[in-house]
Amino acid sequence: MAIDIPRIPLGDGIEGGLDFLTSHYSMVTRGISRVTQSGITVLNDGLMWLPEWALMAIIALICWRVANLRLGIGAVLGLALIWNLGLWDPMIETLTLVVIATFVAVVIAMPLGVLAAISDRFYSVIMPVLDFMQTMPAFVYLIPAIPFFGIGSVSAIFATVIFSMPPAIRFTTLGIRQVPKDLIEAADAFGATRSQKLIKIQFPLSLPTIMAGINQTIMLALSMVVIAAMIGADGLGSEVWRAIQRLRPGDGFEAGIAVVILAMLLDRITQALRKPKKKAS
Amino acid sequence: MTETDETNIKIQVRGLSKVFGSQPKKALELRNQGKKRPEILEKTGQTLGLSNIDFDVREGELLVIMGLSGSGKSTLIRCLNRLIEPTEGDIVIDGQNIPKLSEKELLECRRRHFSMVFQNFALFPHKTVQENAEYGLEVRGIEKKSRVESARNSLKQVGLDGWEDAYPSQLSGGMQQRVGLARALANDSTVMLMDEAFSALDPLIRKDMQQELIELQHRMKKTTIFITHDLDEAISIGDRIILLKDGEVVQMGTPEDILTRPADDYVARFVEGVDMSRIFTANSAMRSVRATARDSDGPRTVLRKMSDNGLDSIYVIGRDRTLLGIVNVDDVDAAAKAGKDTINELIQNDFPKAGPDEPMNNLFAMFNDKSYPIAIVDDNQRLLGVVVKGAVLEKLAEAGEH
Repeated sequence: MAIDIPRIPLGDGIEGGLDFLTSHYSMVTRGISRVTQSGITVLNDGLMWLPEWALMAIIALICWRVANLRLGIGAVLGLALIWNLGLWDPMIETLTLVVIATFVAVVIAMPLGVLAAISDRFYSVIMPVLDFMQTMPAFVYLIPAIPFFGIGSVSAIFATVIFSMPPAIRFTTLGIRQVPKDLIEAADAFGATRSQKLIKIQFPLSLPTIMAGINQTIMLALSMVVIAAMIGADGLGSEVWRAIQRLRPGDGFEAGIAVVILAMLLDRITQALRKPKKKAS
Repeated sequence: MTETDETNIKIQVRGLSKVFGSQPKKALELRNQGKKRPEILEKTGQTLGLSNIDFDVREGELLVIMGLSGSGKSTLIRCLNRLIEPTEGDIVIDGQNIPKLSEKELLECRRRHFSMVFQNFALFPHKTVQENAEYGLEVRGIEKKSRVESARNSLKQVGLDGWEDAYPSQLSGGMQQRVGLARALANDSTVMLMDEAFSALDPLIRKDMQQELIELQHRMKKTTIFITHDLDEAISIGDRIILLKDGEVVQMGTPEDILTRPADDYVARFVEGVDMSRIFTANSAMRSVRATARDSDGPRTVLRKMSDNGLDSIYVIGRDRTLLGIVNVDDVDAAAKAGKDTINELIQNDFPKAGPDEPMNNLFAMFNDKSYPIAIVDDNQRLLGVVVKGAVLEKLAEAGEH
């Protein structure tokens, strides 16, 4: 016996909301789009302008300074392979998207994370939102991105920012809340204001945790900009996408390996930044 | 012993109470009906942390607040600078009533009046020793140059010069707490709050730190409130002691008051374990000298004085009662038989000597095989009196009865 319960028009509601946003806030979205696009262009052109060997040397130097010589040599070998495979330009495009998406995500995440650490009420509001953002399949973000920003890199960045932001917020909140109570009490006892506590005590002490969050954000951003090739983002993702469409596993793996190399370099560099070198007395 | 001016009150605490829980009024009502902490907890679910505390802190004194865990001593010290908000009562420091201060005034008050030393040091691990010591001044917005100087000074005071650039994690526990102390001193606040400051240190280091605190405190005359659960510690450093139990003051007084005249059974039980001989000083066992010889006396005069008083030896004093030494009966007798007319070359210096503040247990070790009484002298070496072995034993026995 089938009871006739009308289907809840959840999807229709969401679509209506998105339509409303697109039509009424097109000024805003167009503005964001323009700014982001020019950011992408400037960074991309800058990285492209450098000769391959120069950029390789710079990245290797960074690896050596923040981590060790081994990572520096690894960077040279990995990047040389990408260059050799003819994937240099797509790699730069991917790197650009990752850098910009991470930057935007961190800029939004920091204040939210701090707020959630200070205010229990905000914490209880934002945590379910973050759960939602993280468990929603990544592809779904691509769909509303298109009406907002059209096909292309800006949409990719929009989806990537939403997808990769949660760990940065979570870890910032966690880091600040983890600062031992007795240190906060000490700061209070000496008459520190809230911002003095935040800037001089809580923030520096939670930096390793915050950096771990940023590391996670970068990794998620990288995975998302690859997927974003489906809505027309340039880069290594579009190489993979093309290989799928033409059924050429060799090309697909080449691009995939390039993504892995890029991921490893970004991961190791940010990991190394997490552990500040102890100054010897 | 510090000379505290009775009229100079630094902090006045009146009717201070603290209830932990959401319905403090209810708990205080029950308290006013004479109910005690366990009953209030059972009836309302509210914990009466402190109840109607009254006391004064005198300018320049080292006041110890002592009690077992749960007695409310940590709550009390935190109410003073409102790290914990008191439920009712007044805390007046230099005319300001702390519980009534606005947020901004409170910050100002904390900066000016209070610096705190914590049980677990609470040093900032990302700052160097120097930066830690500067912290209070940094918060106050003192310019870099002068705060570097004050921090360096206070680090020197606690014996940490040369460690400025080290991080706290590189230091031992004792040294870390010195940094904590330096941080509090550099701030140059009017009151120092020390919350179980030495409890996390091992016993030997702890003794050293107590000694240093006493010296530092006497030198700088900084009003200090020291929390401890350890009666021995309280007695050896405190000018006065306040004993807390279940959030109430049980007794208040000098260490000697508390030990010799415990206010009730609770205090008496507390005091039982204490080594009393450390408390009594030479002063309490001293008696006046029955007879002394003058350096101008001849042997026969001295012999006469000794036989009149039944003495085997006699202390020799000069003008102004300055102690010169001791002579014994055999030597004087020999000199008299030899027809000498002075005792100057008979004077010996191997006699025990102590100040009036010397603890009794130190005195006991001073008696040598000749059994000379211990000469008690003041700072100018004038003879005040003597302590004989019997008097020490008698005092110790008396102490044992408490």
